[in-house]
Amino acid sequence: MIHKFVSTTEEAMAGIPDGATILLAGFGAGTPEHLLKGLIAQGAKDLTLVVNAGGRDDGPIAELLATERIRKIVCSFVRPASVAARLFTAGKLELEIVPQGTLAERIRAGGAGIQAFYTPTAADTLLAEGRETRVINGRNCLLEYPILGDVALIDAWQADRWGNLTHKDSARNFNPIMAMAAKLTIVQTAHVVELGDLPPANIHTPGVFVQRVLHVPAQ
Amino acid sequence: MSDTPFKPLDRNGIAARIARDIPEGWFVNLGIGIPTGVSDFVPEDREVIFHAENGVIGIGPAPSPENVNPHLVNAGVTPITLRTGGAFVHHADSFAIARGGHLDLCVLGAFEVAENGDIANWARSPNEPVKQVGGAMDLAVGAQRLWVAMEHNTKGNGESRIRRVCSYPLTAKGVVRRVYTDLAVLEVTPEGFVVLDMIPGLTFETLQARTEAPLRRMPG
Repeated sequence: MIHKFVSTTEEAMAGIPDGATILLAGFGAGTPEHLLKGLIAQGAKDLTLVVNAGGRDDGPIAELLATERIRKIVCSFVRPASVAARLFTAGKLELEIVPQGTLAERIRAGGAGIQAFYTPTAADTLLAEGRETRVINGRNCLLEYPILGDVALIDAWQADRWGNLTHKDSARNFNPIMAMAAKLTIVQTAHVVELGDLPPANIHTPGVFVQRVLHVPAQ
Repeated sequence: MSDTPFKPLDRNGIAARIARDIPEGWFVNLGIGIPTGVSDFVPEDREVIFHAENGVIGIGPAPSPENVNPHLVNAGVTPITLRTGGAFVHHADSFAIARGGHLDLCVLGAFEVAENGDIANWARSPNEPVKQVGGAMDLAVGAQRLWVAMEHNTKGNGESRIRRVCSYPLTAKGVVRRVYTDLAVLEVTPEGFVVLDMIPGLTFETLQARTEAPLRRMPG
């Protein structure tokens, strides 16, 4: 019987090695904050964090960064007043800034087995300096490579024991594509449902992309 | 030639001016800053669909405080509502919308726009230690039309943001179609900026004096 539920946070986070690349979903909503706290407690270090934004002065991303166990952050922007900005300025954090749509597509490509793609985004900007560009159909385009994670931390609204997921409203954001792009996809879900309860046509992330699910009831 | 007194538009005034030019049926992305206010000025009976980068199609009015849904925010992470007919997509599909030419219009804020349609809106210097790109580069290259909403001159020394060549790092090259400022509406054409509209009381000469790039009057 396929059963992807784990019963404790420790079990959910077990085995994340030092040096891992962690895909962290969320955009204002849909951040798996409980799992992020679990990662802080778990203790892996020298991590690369792939996330939309570098967080603020407080909150779970700031807490994780403050442990100084993140070596590098790959994101679309960093607020000047944030833990990430201060660590970067102090030379304690590497930063790779990626346009948000390119970030999403690199993750999607990672999950989809695409080995590279060309996009017009950023092709005529500072971000293209020293990189391969090519004119395709008359447009200057920039070569981009996929992003793959060792681990993805995912937020869900509902989950069944196969790991089929729904995401609530705009909390969907990076969750389905990050779930696809990691070797170990760990989910926190607000609700647990029986197998068969989710209408098949309404599953946002199918369980084939999910390894572990932890029930974290909404507060 | 002397001007009669003129009153530059405030930020809401710029947003309202843009809203006048958005026809029914368009699918529109509004950037952060002045553009976010544009949807407030589209009359309710005109169906315009607004997109947010985080996967929202069909942004509705802001919720009352007791009706805030923590799972439903816009790209500025402000609580929103979804209008009837709206939909959610994941982030890669949301940027497929932006990059893939599915938006009739994107309105972005900017530091500078150049007469060839270059836009600079993400960094004030190549040496800024911490960069904030967000989704602007994807939207700028992908929307069918890019309009810019910004103040005509800088707050400090009144320098023109309407330039022959951008002095700040570019967001994208040759993509801006129109600029809405507190003073005027400018169309980007192969011959440079053409003035489509000016606020009441402002003369072409005064507008030109406040603009670094050469301006043309609208033909006819």
